[in-house]
Amino acid sequence: MAKYNLKINGKSRQVDADPNTPILWVLRDHLQMPGTKYGCGMGLCGACTVHLNGTAVRSCQLPVSSIGKQEITTIEGLSEKATHPVQKAWLEHDVAQCGYCQAGQIMSAAALLREKPNPTEEEIELGMSGNICRCGTYLRIKEAIKTAAKK
Amino acid sequence: MEKTQSTYSRRSFLKSSALAGGGFMLSFTWLSGFKPADKLKELNLPEQLNQLTGYIQITADNVIKIMCPNPEFGQNVMTSLPMMIAEELDADWKNVVVEMAPHDNMKFGSQFTGGSQSVRSYWKPLRNAGASARQMLVEAAAATWGVSVGEITTKAGVLYHKSGKSARYGEMAAKASTLSVPKEVKLKSPKDFSIVRNSKKNVEGIKIVTGKPLFGIDYHHEGMLIAMAQHPPAFGMKLKSFDASEVQKMPGIKHVFSIQVFPEGFEKQMFDTRTFNELVIVVGNSTWEVMNARKKLKVEWEVTTDTKEMVNMRGNKNEQLVPGGLESTSSHLEKMQVRAKQPATVLRKDGDPETMFKNAAYVVERTYNAPFLAHNCMEPMNFFAHVTDEKAVLAGPLQAPALIEPTLTKRLNLPADKIEIQMTRMGGGFGRRAYGHYLVEAALISKQVKAPVKMIYTREDDMTYGIYRPMYTATYRAALDANKNLIAFHVKGGGIPEHPIAANRFPAGAVEHYLAEGWEIPSNITIGAFRAPRSNFNAAAEQSFLDELAEAMGKDPIEFRLELLKRAKENPVGKNNDYDPDRYAGVLKLARDKSGWGKPENGKYSRGIAAYFCHNSYAAHVVDIIRKDDEPYVEQVTSAIDCGIVVNPDAASNMVQGAVVDGIGNAFYGGLTHKNGLAEQNNFHTYRIIRHHEAPKRIDVHFVQNDIDPTGLGEPPFPPVFGAVANALYKNTGKRHYNMPFKSELLKS
Ligand code: FES
Ligand code: FES
Repeated sequence: MAKYNLKINGKSRQVDADPNTPILWVLRDHLQMPGTKYGCGMGLCGACTVHLNGTAVRSCQLPVSSIGKQEITTIEGLSEKATHPVQKAWLEHDVAQCGYCQAGQIMSAAALLREKPNPTEEEIELGMSGNICRCGTYLRIKEAIKTAAKK
Repeated sequence: MEKTQSTYSRRSFLKSSALAGGGFMLSFTWLSGFKPADKLKELNLPEQLNQLTGYIQITADNVIKIMCPNPEFGQNVMTSLPMMIAEELDADWKNVVVEMAPHDNMKFGSQFTGGSQSVRSYWKPLRNAGASARQMLVEAAAATWGVSVGEITTKAGVLYHKSGKSARYGEMAAKASTLSVPKEVKLKSPKDFSIVRNSKKNVEGIKIVTGKPLFGIDYHHEGMLIAMAQHPPAFGMKLKSFDASEVQKMPGIKHVFSIQVFPEGFEKQMFDTRTFNELVIVVGNSTWEVMNARKKLKVEWEVTTDTKEMVNMRGNKNEQLVPGGLESTSSHLEKMQVRAKQPATVLRKDGDPETMFKNAAYVVERTYNAPFLAHNCMEPMNFFAHVTDEKAVLAGPLQAPALIEPTLTKRLNLPADKIEIQMTRMGGGFGRRAYGHYLVEAALISKQVKAPVKMIYTREDDMTYGIYRPMYTATYRAALDANKNLIAFHVKGGGIPEHPIAANRFPAGAVEHYLAEGWEIPSNITIGAFRAPRSNFNAAAEQSFLDELAEAMGKDPIEFRLELLKRAKENPVGKNNDYDPDRYAGVLKLARDKSGWGKPENGKYSRGIAAYFCHNSYAAHVVDIIRKDDEPYVEQVTSAIDCGIVVNPDAASNMVQGAVVDGIGNAFYGGLTHKNGLAEQNNFHTYRIIRHHEAPKRIDVHFVQNDIDPTGLGEPPFPPVFGAVANALYKNTGKRHYNMPFKSELLKS
């Protein structure tokens, strides 16, 4: 076990964890922030996507010891009341079915739009292809991203 | 207007009561009085479970709270069921708050989500409850204002009198709570609907996009421990012994032990399927610690021998053979080929098919195969349990709490009223969460360690556990006369361990001489309901066969189906045909018209059509394939659905689009194979799930407009996707595809 000082959603948080613990489980178990989801634990599904200094990363593959001073943003920190343009677009298109993958989808989409404010259809598909939605909401995700891009 | 009785049977009632602070609550309970007996049978539920309860609360400050009785896994019942109540109540949807009911058998009934039944079975009772509450508010206003009931109208949560008087519902709630529940209420005619048939957004939308803890896996309880279960690495294996010494030394680890899910000779109920009876359990402080420590377990497994299990299928006790030993896909395929040639159980026979086949000028015969499929719910199996000597509290994702409760009662030695199950939102279900073995496991673990515990399956645990869609095969034969008229039809289907045949379904009833047969091969690989059970294979096989048959007969595939349906309507063969030919033809025509079938401007597409009826609804899809990176790619789909009245159209379209994507994904990539009992796929690198760039660019969903009471939508659109993909693929590759998943077949060719 070791102590870490993490910067999450603009706040500093202390955790005492095994250095190899992925950020996913630090968030979910140590900090009781379960918005970030577990889906595969192998970097294959994107359910655990968070931002590290603004870039989308799979938190199941990111040991707590590797974070250092980098800033983590989770779905809980994107906005408090669903005011982020991506969240708003998600509500407008009523994207979710079961909803389990959506935190990861939203975090990937937000990072994509920061990098490419006006993505093409292909750029959206490529940028989002790491995020599985078992309920098959892909069309609406794409539409929502296009809507968010306009804002 | 439709008049209905507010009391349906001796054991059904609506009950009103006052709320603190001047509000009004109408609680409701029904038993089966309002449902025809045959529909009950279809639900496959024990009769005593087939009840529903919930409540409507109207507070003095005009908040209308509706308790949704059914669990939610993405089919949007938490929005659509309350919409039905709000419609008849004439509520202002903006002021409606929806809450999920905890599971409590006495109060909330069976709460079964599955079989596309939620909307269908609650249509009348929930509207009736809403109309009753409205009627009481009207009576309260009439008494207060000294006017007659007939002079009062309601709109969006406000009562009006022609004199100009008006009052919001909340103002009359206290008074309404003192009145008696009306004996009879009028339900609206569909043309007067203002909430139903108007798209309403998911009531949990904001919580979902802000990452609120909605799911079972998010459940937290002070002092809770985390548990994982190690099951045997292969089907046909069981625990021999284990050495926990190393694991116990790992940081954060509290307990290592084994549990027996059911005692020897336990009589299982229908949904008590569990693949492995003995599991090694690791319990500790955090998920990561438990996950890591579990890898250090030293376990000896041994190969099983044949065993027998008692299963109680709705009162019929059955001894089932579970063969011992390690099974492989290659030997499964061989066994199926051999078994398919042997005699099978006749499931339906019309006329004299044998003679017709003997005398046929042409016989078309094709065989279709499909693998085991894993549900792969995005949220893996998990459950929270806190079991003490006095009571058990459980919380998590579950499709059918009432089905597992009797089992929990027996396993925990607690009466049903000491078992509380809290229903969380489910990260997908697809049938998998109707099998509650994981609740039993969580409860036994908590009981053993005497602490609150959340048990979690890893993705690998989840995918390799079993409870799959069965492995299927079916051979279809058609006899044609010299003029290429269809004179006889034969289907013989088999499966491991269950056959798929629905003998009374189309084209039964449309062909004079018809034979349907089924056979089964037992296996220790367990199976369970999977989005539209059986139909999800039948629609693939039969609809591909009909396509090939139409071609052999020189007919357009849609016209050919319509001809058969015409025959089934005008001069049906046999009595038990389970579909309505008009509604079936209706979706075919709608798909034909909306897709521009046969229009030259669609020449760039390789098009395939398929239609199917199951779970009381009708669906047809036209699938359009193009080449992308020199591979076949489904670019667009046109869907036509008849599920009666569509309660929440936008959410319904979303669900159909999802079913289309799921169908394309499973048709191309879905499949589990085994080698010596070992699943060859255990996570998403080996089990391919359709992704963003593989999903179609467009899925246009069209609903048949009618005023028929609503039927299911979660399952019916799914099965025909497979057939439509197969038929479009043929147009694209020039080859018929008989083996799913198609991707593996394309790679071979
Ligand atoms: S849980 Fe991290 S990518 Fe799936
Ligand atoms: S909405 Fe269910 S997995 Fe995406």
